Amino acid sequence: MTPTGSNPPPLAENSGQTWTLLEIRRIAKRFGSRQVLKEISLEIACGEFLTLLGESGSGKTTLLRLIAGFEQPTSGEIWMSGQRQDVLPPYQRRVNTVFQSYALFPHLTVRENVSYGLEVSGVARDQIPGRAAESLRMVKMEEFAGARPSRLSGGQQQRVALARALVNRPRLLLLDEPLSALDANLRKQMQGELKSLQREIGITFLFVTHDQEEAMALSDRIALLRDGALEQVASPREIYAHPATRYTAEFIGQTNLLRGEVQDGLARWESLQWPAAPAVGAVLFSLRPETIHLVANGVVPPGAIRFHANVRQRIFAGSTEQLELEFAGQLLRARVPVQDSLAGTEELWFLPADAIAVRE
Amino acid sequence: MYSRTYKTLVSLPPVLWVGLFLLLPYALMLVHSFWMVRDGVIVHQWSLQNYSKLFENPLYLDVLFRTMRIAVSVTLLSLLLGYPLAYYMSFHAGARKDLLYQLVIVPLWVSYLVRGYAWKTILGSEGVLNGFLQYVHVTREPVSFFLYSPFAVVLMLTHIYTPFVFLPLYASLEHIPRNLVEASQDLGAGSLATFARVILPLSLPGLLAGATFAFVLTLGDFLAPQLVGGPSSIMVANIVQSLFGTAYDWPLGAAISVCILLLTVSLLFLTERLEKRWAFQ
Repeated sequence: MTPTGSNPPPLAENSGQTWTLLEIRRIAKRFGSRQVLKEISLEIACGEFLTLLGESGSGKTTLLRLIAGFEQPTSGEIWMSGQRQDVLPPYQRRVNTVFQSYALFPHLTVRENVSYGLEVSGVARDQIPGRAAESLRMVKMEEFAGARPSRLSGGQQQRVALARALVNRPRLLLLDEPLSALDANLRKQMQGELKSLQREIGITFLFVTHDQEEAMALSDRIALLRDGALEQVASPREIYAHPATRYTAEFIGQTNLLRGEVQDGLARWESLQWPAAPAVGAVLFSLRPETIHLVANGVVPPGAIRFHANVRQRIFAGSTEQLELEFAGQLLRARVPVQDSLAGTEELWFLPADAIAVRE
Repeated sequence: MYSRTYKTLVSLPPVLWVGLFLLLPYALMLVHSFWMVRDGVIVHQWSLQNYSKLFENPLYLDVLFRTMRIAVSVTLLSLLLGYPLAYYMSFHAGARKDLLYQLVIVPLWVSYLVRGYAWKTILGSEGVLNGFLQYVHVTREPVSFFLYSPFAVVLMLTHIYTPFVFLPLYASLEHIPRNLVEASQDLGAGSLATFARVILPLSLPGLLAGATFAFVLTLGDFLAPQLVGGPSSIMVANIVQSLFGTAYDWPLGAAISVCILLLTVSLLFLTERLEKRWAFQ
């Protein structure tokens, strides 16, 4: 008899767990002969900030529209806390959307825009002004309550769109490239505000963007889409440090791709070799530019792989500089602290653990 | 920059055109309305007697009110037909949109007169409608009031002016960004609420433009009463026509025309103000 066999698992294991808010089950979408989404499955945890990242045409906006209810899936199901969603019309889903071009009602004032969702969903009349004002306060737009959207700047319209989508207290907020129409400075500022707002109100955000930097800055997790399929789903740190595929490694950040060979626990690439996991045969390694260091810059840790390379080009980038190196006839990029002077040939090093094996 | 001579030369034709074919005739009309006819000759003697005649003789006011009634009926019926059509085509017709659009436009290429005569053959006592009603034994005798009644005038003008109502309506519906409809649904509004709160208000400029077309065009129509209306549906323009024609009382005809013109211009002024207020984008 085993003493613990029939006991429930200890509480401590469950207490830290989050529960799933939205479950996408094998969702596929086809427009005519074009397969836009290929049987995608994805779970979104309650309170999470998840970003759908991908190039244009990767299917990220389509997936968002399926969740909002503007499109019907060809196959598959969408569930939200035990309730099937994909059979419901958009106005019955507890999901709200911030549209890419804001889609504010031009014939209504800011206050009327924000009250709209409360009015059509039958919230008691006497509660509407208070909740609309609260929502506008949240995005710091209460002083513009009487203005029409056409009088507002892009950033202000963005805030109103956010207030309007949040006023119904959705379980899940969908954001379709909401910052893409803003200029760079405003965008950075709005990113910060969006992130702190999400933390403050605790609503789950599903954010769509093609901008990998934005995705990294905002998300708890990133779901990278490629041609209608999920390439990798992981936290920003994880997806950056351990890209699973060549596509991920190249799409998120910059990388060097080394086409090597693994045999007997040893990776070989050109004249270099280092210990590697027991894969066999041709392996593609991703080596981030900032993991390549100059020997001259300090202590080289034990186990580092050292090599000499020609410095072809130096690109100054403020706090760092990018070096274009030539090693064994191949181009390598390294990101190093700004150097006073460099020789034509420098000695460099990287750690075997930073060379990540990726799938083609 | 363009030279003075160039600017003058370019603006001369339109100025001449407007002056010769608009302002001058209007001035003549206005002047005539204060003159009078004595012994079959127009006398250049100033008076307001034409205008007082209009308001003293109930015949003129009756005809004016009938004309307005017909114009309002035509406007409402054209909207009733045109709006659902425009709405359906803009929001739900999908790929059939272009074909349907052509089908609405094609009748505009057919002469007004031909369409008038077509209604005559449909509504007459030997017409298609009566033939059908007798064939299915709804009536035993031909029904005479289909033709030569205000009903026939309203029917014919509604048929003719519905495309005029449809076109601006359709244009304004097509201009409504579709993501506004999605935003409305997203915020919890069903189809009916979305229509009433988003689509209808945003289509008001088009609706107003269409309604103005139908109303003003009907107000000046004189062929429909002649073709299918009969004596019971004489309209203002018929009276003007006969005053300038057989009755040879140009001053009185001019006075009526001035009244109609004032009515039309103030209506256009009003609708333009409203359209501007409702134009949001």
